[in-house]
Amino acid sequence: MAEPQDPQPSFGQRLLDNMQTASGVSYQPMVRVDEETAALAPVGGTQDAEAFYVAPNWKLVWWRFKKHRLAMISGVVMIFMVIIALVPDFFATQNPHTTDALESFIPVQRIHFFDERRLSPFVYGAVGQRNPKSLRVEWVIDESVKIPVRFLAPGYPYKLLGVIPTNIHLVGVAPTDEQTAAKQAAGSSTAAGPQRISQGLHLLGTDRLGRDQWSRLMFGTRVSLSIGLVAVAVSTILGIFLGGISGYFGGAIDMIVQRTIEILQSLPAIPIWLALSAALPRTWSVEQTYFAITIILALLAWTTLAREIRGRFLTLRDEDFIIAAKLSGCSQPRVIFRHMAPTMSSHIIAAVTLAIPVMIINETFLSFLGLGLRPPAISWGVLLQEAQNLQSIALAPWLLLPGLLVIITVLALNILGDGLRDAADPYTS
Amino acid sequence: MIQHIIKRLLLLPVLLFIFSVFAFVIIQAPPGDFVTSYIAELASSGSSMDQVQIDALREQYGLDQPIYAQYGKWMGRILRGDLGVSLDWQKPIGELIGERLVLTLIIGLMTFFLSWMLAVPIGVISAVKKYSALDYGLTVFNYIGVATPSFLVALIAMWLAFSWFGVSVTGLFSPEFIDAPWSMARVGDLLKHLWLPVLILTLSGTARLARIMRANLLDELNKPYVEMARAKGMSEWKLIIKYPVRVAINPLVSTIGWFLPLIFSGSLVVATVLSLPTIGPMFLRSLTNQDMFLAGAIVLIYCLLAIIGTLISDILLAWLDPRIRMES
Repeated sequence: MAEPQDPQPSFGQRLLDNMQTASGVSYQPMVRVDEETAALAPVGGTQDAEAFYVAPNWKLVWWRFKKHRLAMISGVVMIFMVIIALVPDFFATQNPHTTDALESFIPVQRIHFFDERRLSPFVYGAVGQRNPKSLRVEWVIDESVKIPVRFLAPGYPYKLLGVIPTNIHLVGVAPTDEQTAAKQAAGSSTAAGPQRISQGLHLLGTDRLGRDQWSRLMFGTRVSLSIGLVAVAVSTILGIFLGGISGYFGGAIDMIVQRTIEILQSLPAIPIWLALSAALPRTWSVEQTYFAITIILALLAWTTLAREIRGRFLTLRDEDFIIAAKLSGCSQPRVIFRHMAPTMSSHIIAAVTLAIPVMIINETFLSFLGLGLRPPAISWGVLLQEAQNLQSIALAPWLLLPGLLVIITVLALNILGDGLRDAADPYTS
Repeated sequence: MIQHIIKRLLLLPVLLFIFSVFAFVIIQAPPGDFVTSYIAELASSGSSMDQVQIDALREQYGLDQPIYAQYGKWMGRILRGDLGVSLDWQKPIGELIGERLVLTLIIGLMTFFLSWMLAVPIGVISAVKKYSALDYGLTVFNYIGVATPSFLVALIAMWLAFSWFGVSVTGLFSPEFIDAPWSMARVGDLLKHLWLPVLILTLSGTARLARIMRANLLDELNKPYVEMARAKGMSEWKLIIKYPVRVAINPLVSTIGWFLPLIFSGSLVVATVLSLPTIGPMFLRSLTNQDMFLAGAIVLIYCLLAIIGTLISDILLAWLDPRIRMES
């Protein structure tokens, strides 16, 4: 014998053999892992395969998540939305609260990038004329008037992130020389009567009070996104706490929490939300209403998360590695935080991501009905309130555009959440 | 089976009691009461009341009594079938919401049946023909359906109907039928207006139900009993409908419990946009005007509908699934 072989199989080998004979099912860990490696680990190679074996859970989740292309795109969309929420001033073209009664219902002014094949972005000017019958100034886009547009142009002064004073905005009307400005401001008189040319840039038109909808949308993004986040954060804390103790301790505590959840879940959520929001005093400030609305939304929403977390706790409690940790003498907090929490965190993140869009929709419809946030607060629901009746939609269909942003955001969050959920589940193919 | 139903029925009064306390606390929550807002309204129109009149008004509605006494009085009257008088409309509440409640139920039930009639076949087909165009279409439709708030769908539908056909699609009756007594012509007019709100409400729910149906059926299709039936030469569609669909539909039945109440209360927002004469818009108005007896009565009705929904799905499930029957 050139190479002495170990006559005795290793302990692990024996254990595996025993398991196979005992259960009658062939146990093939290597094949399974190899398949996964092929599917997940970057490109073959022993080094990459090794990286796969020693990768922590979050890395495995990330690799699986990367394969879900739509979820990745949604993630990018959401990062972009968060940036808007952080610095809405930068994206706005005008102070969102500035009203101008003479500039109401200006239609959407689309940016054209090429002017006679030369890169020189501009918008067509809006020309207003007083309707002799309704006495309302009616605006139309006039293709003979071009207003040059510049990126990173100076505009109204603001503080970036509340600290850095600046006046640079993403887009703005290019500064024109005084002569042309004066000529445009004077307007021209046609046979039909005096005309007025709007000097502003209204990417999404203006509303009833002549406020710039694009700028308002940017600020609404901040409020609507953050209200979703805060409400979900509150319900997550409640859910983790109550679901956790319910699942971990069981018994009487579990019973009480479960019955409470059942009662809360059988309540009709929408009427209860409406009634609670209607109970908020009208005299409260914007901030007070904001926090009250988040609490109201979280009050009924924590139950779903608590259920999910409790279920996770229950299944994990009996897992081999938890029992092993307990038998090795780990303290209870160590079992929960070192062993259970990391395995659950990706599921919780997925569940939370899926809860945010629900909250955003709920805030939107509460504010839309006039019972959520109220002006002067700006949220997507408040913006859509302007489009509440047929008359305004018929007159200014662009008032429905904030709804598009609601749909995009909720869509992106749902796809992102689904992607995270699939990535967090080790048993998906 | 009967034991199971009786057990659920016994729970009913308990739940109703908890919900009625809940409803009462909610309608009591706003600072001030109806009289305060009534006085404010009078003041804004230029007239005023003296203290004696105010006190008399408070006493008349029992607003001067402690809160538990007010609850007792309120509950006592409701148990006798008297919902009280709306302070805002100055009419008995039963009379006010009678027709509106019927219309709400009609819209809700029609939506429910339409959703199921669409969702079950779509779910079955997209599970059997997995990754087909229909399956992908359903996925896309589901994502968009979930992401679009129903009021937005209503707004867009309203706008499209106006800009394409120049018609206003609000309301449930043509002007000449609004206050007319019930007749065949009025029913016909109602049906002419009913389809749009029903369609709007169906849109979001259907895709979700179909997804549940699809997922459940996919779990069943790989089971040995399906293979067995196929091996015995049963025709594919007959087999699918006879075995796995019947198993897969059970979890769907359990969704009735939350789906039905969701339709009733969810129609509230759509009804407000389309100004339908259902209880939703009336509920909103009662909330803003602090017409608390009306608001309380409507909250209680919503709770009752929610409980009935849960009860129906419990009973149906026990009837369909022997495992649940055996448990109790």
